[in-house]
Amino acid sequence: MTTTEDRPATEIGNPRLRKEDARLITGRTRWTDNIVLPGMQHIAMVRSPFAHARITSIDTEAARAATGVVAVITGADIADEQGALPNAWAVVSDQQAPVHPSMAVDHVAFAGEIVAMVIARTAAEANDAAELVDVDYEELAPALELRAAARDEVIAHPDLGTNVSAVWAYDSAESGTGGDVEAAIAAARNGGIVIEKEIRQQRLIPAFMEPRAIVVDPTTEQMTVWSSTQVPHFVRIFIALVLGIPESKIRVIAPDVGGGFGGKLQFTPEEVLTVIAARRTGKPCKYCETRSESLMAAHHGRDQWQQVTLAATADGTVTGLKVELTVDMGAYLGLVTSAIPLLGAFMYNGIYKFPSYHLGITNVFTNKTWTDAYRGAGRPEATYAIERVMDELAARVGVDPLEIRERNWIKHEEFPFSTVSGLQYDSGNYEAATAKARELFGYDDLRKEQAERRESGDPVQLGIGISTYTEMCGLAPSRWLGSMGYVGGGWEHAAVRMLPTGKVEVVTGTSPHGQGHETAWSQLVADRLGVAFEDVEVLHGDTQVAVRGLDTYGSRSLAVGGMAVLAAADKVIEKAKPIAAQLLEANTDDLDFSAGRYGVRGTDAGMTLAELAFAVFQGHKLDGSAEGCLDADATLDPDDFSFPHGTHLCAVEVDTETGETKIRSYVSVDDVGVVVNPLIVEGQVHGGLAQGIAQALYEEAVHDDSGTLITGSFDQYLLPGAPDLPRFETARTETPATTNQLGVKGVGEAGTIASTPAVVNAIVDALRPLGVTDVVMPCTPYRVWKAIQEGAQS
Amino acid sequence: MIPAPFEYFAPATIDEALGLLREHSDAKVLAGGQSLMPALRLRLAAPDTIVDLAKIDELRGVRDDGDVLVIGAMTPHSVVQSSPVVNEHARLISLATATVGDPQIRHRGTFGGSLAHADPAADLPAVAVALDASFVIAGPDGRRTVSAADFFQGVFSTALGEDELLVEVRVPKYTGWGAHYEKFNRVAQAWSIVSVAAAVRLDGDSIAEARVALGNMGSTPVRATAVEQALVGGPATADAVREAAARAADGTSPVTDLNGDADYRRHLATVLTRRAVLAAAGTA
Repeated sequence: MTTTEDRPATEIGNPRLRKEDARLITGRTRWTDNIVLPGMQHIAMVRSPFAHARITSIDTEAARAATGVVAVITGADIADEQGALPNAWAVVSDQQAPVHPSMAVDHVAFAGEIVAMVIARTAAEANDAAELVDVDYEELAPALELRAAARDEVIAHPDLGTNVSAVWAYDSAESGTGGDVEAAIAAARNGGIVIEKEIRQQRLIPAFMEPRAIVVDPTTEQMTVWSSTQVPHFVRIFIALVLGIPESKIRVIAPDVGGGFGGKLQFTPEEVLTVIAARRTGKPCKYCETRSESLMAAHHGRDQWQQVTLAATADGTVTGLKVELTVDMGAYLGLVTSAIPLLGAFMYNGIYKFPSYHLGITNVFTNKTWTDAYRGAGRPEATYAIERVMDELAARVGVDPLEIRERNWIKHEEFPFSTVSGLQYDSGNYEAATAKARELFGYDDLRKEQAERRESGDPVQLGIGISTYTEMCGLAPSRWLGSMGYVGGGWEHAAVRMLPTGKVEVVTGTSPHGQGHETAWSQLVADRLGVAFEDVEVLHGDTQVAVRGLDTYGSRSLAVGGMAVLAAADKVIEKAKPIAAQLLEANTDDLDFSAGRYGVRGTDAGMTLAELAFAVFQGHKLDGSAEGCLDADATLDPDDFSFPHGTHLCAVEVDTETGETKIRSYVSVDDVGVVVNPLIVEGQVHGGLAQGIAQALYEEAVHDDSGTLITGSFDQYLLPGAPDLPRFETARTETPATTNQLGVKGVGEAGTIASTPAVVNAIVDALRPLGVTDVVMPCTPYRVWKAIQEGAQS
Repeated sequence: MIPAPFEYFAPATIDEALGLLREHSDAKVLAGGQSLMPALRLRLAAPDTIVDLAKIDELRGVRDDGDVLVIGAMTPHSVVQSSPVVNEHARLISLATATVGDPQIRHRGTFGGSLAHADPAADLPAVAVALDASFVIAGPDGRRTVSAADFFQGVFSTALGEDELLVEVRVPKYTGWGAHYEKFNRVAQAWSIVSVAAAVRLDGDSIAEARVALGNMGSTPVRATAVEQALVGGPATADAVREAAARAADGTSPVTDLNGDADYRRHLATVLTRRAVLAAAGTA
């Protein structure tokens, strides 16, 4: 880490401690559950224990009579009021989807679906009474196994008649971005190499630290909704659209939010129902989900089968890639459920150049918790597939997996590069990142040790895993989103306001939930306006304050929202110019802005922005020729995505007697472009690595044969803790993006995207001499041990 | 995550606690709460009455009582773990206790609470069985003593009656014995998939006495008597121990779950037993 002495002169690049950390770490802050209002009532949800059933009757009499109960509401009670939850992304024009009620009326489609709610004076009374709600179900056969569901063997929504929601494809020959992949595969079968692989992307649970919570106050002029969400602006619009409340009558606040990882990029049944409860009773209502409810009913992520076919020449030059995805939507479509595979659709070619590509997507309903965005959203799946297959190609050719990558990757001098999937990569330097990672890792020494352990038959084998990844960040150019069927845009908005005392208010449309925007945006503005870091205050997450915004997800906040902040700051500087000219009695052409001050060229005369702000506040000396205001708004729509990349190297020790994997060392070299705050970037990489490693080794949402979530607590849904993870050695290369004014790219998801294949490649690499060519994720000791047994038999 | 309503008592003496258990038929005893509190909050358990032992001082502490160590049922793991007498005379307990949960759990959770809960995947039951510990139980008719082998009767099931309390555990001294606790789990805070508790006394290069017990290889801890018999009198060499440890899974009936099937657990038992015994003998 950079020490104080060699801190850069600019704020950009300064590893500042985060402004927001003290209150977030101590918890002494505005978490939604900390909000207490006079007369506030509490809600408990009654949820279906069955994955698929008809509701035959609900007896609420005992619950209504229980102590403290204000009301008990069933789906039938609000059938005409609750509307339907939205899906904002029809990936095809004939997309099939069931109506998605916030509360089931007569049919439940996953275990955990809400069937009734109890409103009571206290949370304890609400919980007690919820147990008294007597629901009779007629169980139906659940559609659970994804590929069987794709064949419509059991139908998740009988009214829909099919489980297939959408079928989408990209083909390089049809799109004019490359050749015919079938021809490439046919050619490769004749003297080349064809790798065929079936990959399971297991179902994951976002498992954010703060469970979801909502408080609704209906007594204010604008109904106030506090929600632990990533997307307060979305929530406002959708409350209006779904419940028919004028948008102008709704204020949504995302106070401090304890993590999201995509899991709070959602408009939820709980939000709708808390609004209904508050509206019906006329009093503030609070709903805080339990951890069990969160694991069961907040949307899940991943859950795909990937059928991958890679064609290559005998020397390992890739000639084509064909991928068929079967994707589990779960029981319903959430905001962008249907588009998660689409967000990965253009990344299966990774950092490689090859001439033909085909991707097919089949979106399928099952009777499981609905899926949607989870950190990386589509890109981890794509990166995993290509990086696993590149290792298999290296094994077939018989060369080092780093060598096979180098043979196929886009060379630095070839940027900008138009990919076979139709994207334009603006920049990249895969050679530099790989060289740095290789050196930090001690690649050659580890290969030597690996050879020795193989030679001696050591029961603990060493494996080396590689992941040379890229991803697309900065969601997203609105035009692109529109062309793909998304209802919304991808712009971002900011305001910068000079206060009379020289302090600066920055309002951002992004909605941080742990990312540190207050710190990073302060650094951006301090540099641009030439004011002190401490003098900048960043406001966010309240639709009455940050009126316009599209919130935080998809590693978009800096590349889009941060650039909007800079654009607004530039406007402030522009607006100050004629005022400075007037007050300094100078020609605008003779003014230079530097270090927070307009100076008259060639003289000592000048005024700081703070002085100008006070003069504007007084207004005494302004002649009216320029607007007397140093506040500016800016909306920015990005020109294109940004493409972070990097090389991750992982060394594992696999105990062949027990199947246990231990990560011995992990090196990540990420190129996220220009870095505003290296400490925040480092934190994002660490957290990302932990989550990606967790997919490789630990996490999986498992349902039993009846569709009940077995991994319904952290006892069964295993998250790694600090003792389970290695020391991360992180480094960076810096190839500025050319698609935004600062050259930034985005880092929120990179670690998660890159690390999963690095770990699994390392495990397979350790065991390849034992006949192992794959291990299904998560690579539990049991699965690794079984793979070794099966390898020995083959 | 709010428990169902219950009546709460915090007696100051063992007799008072026993009286409360007699009076209230649907009572649960609260020790450190590391298992009971989650069960209450998830409403997997909803007793009418909670009898909290936290204020009963006579249930706490470790003492040296001649040939045996006496560990009070309400002694927190952290106290057991750092006890010099436990470390000297029953090192296996120190080693296994250090693997229980995490530091927070070890400060709240208790030695007796963990044993009385009788989770097949817990750490201490196998240790108690390996060391031939005795369980002192107080009830309406006074006190009785039950051997570890008889104390554990099934999953979450022990020799304790509904109106009885585990008061203390008496552990014979194993001064000078080598010990090792081999815990196999997926993340640091997870339950064992299989665990092995081993203590051996060496006489020169050979094993004079051996105590080996397995955790989570059945509904109760399993004493690996076949392994012990094969070890005693033999050398503490890798080959000899491997041969003895091959019998570790004899007669066991482990469960199949997400972490592995019965075959895998049986296999693990042999590997982990070998490692535990070699480590205990100092020849790993």
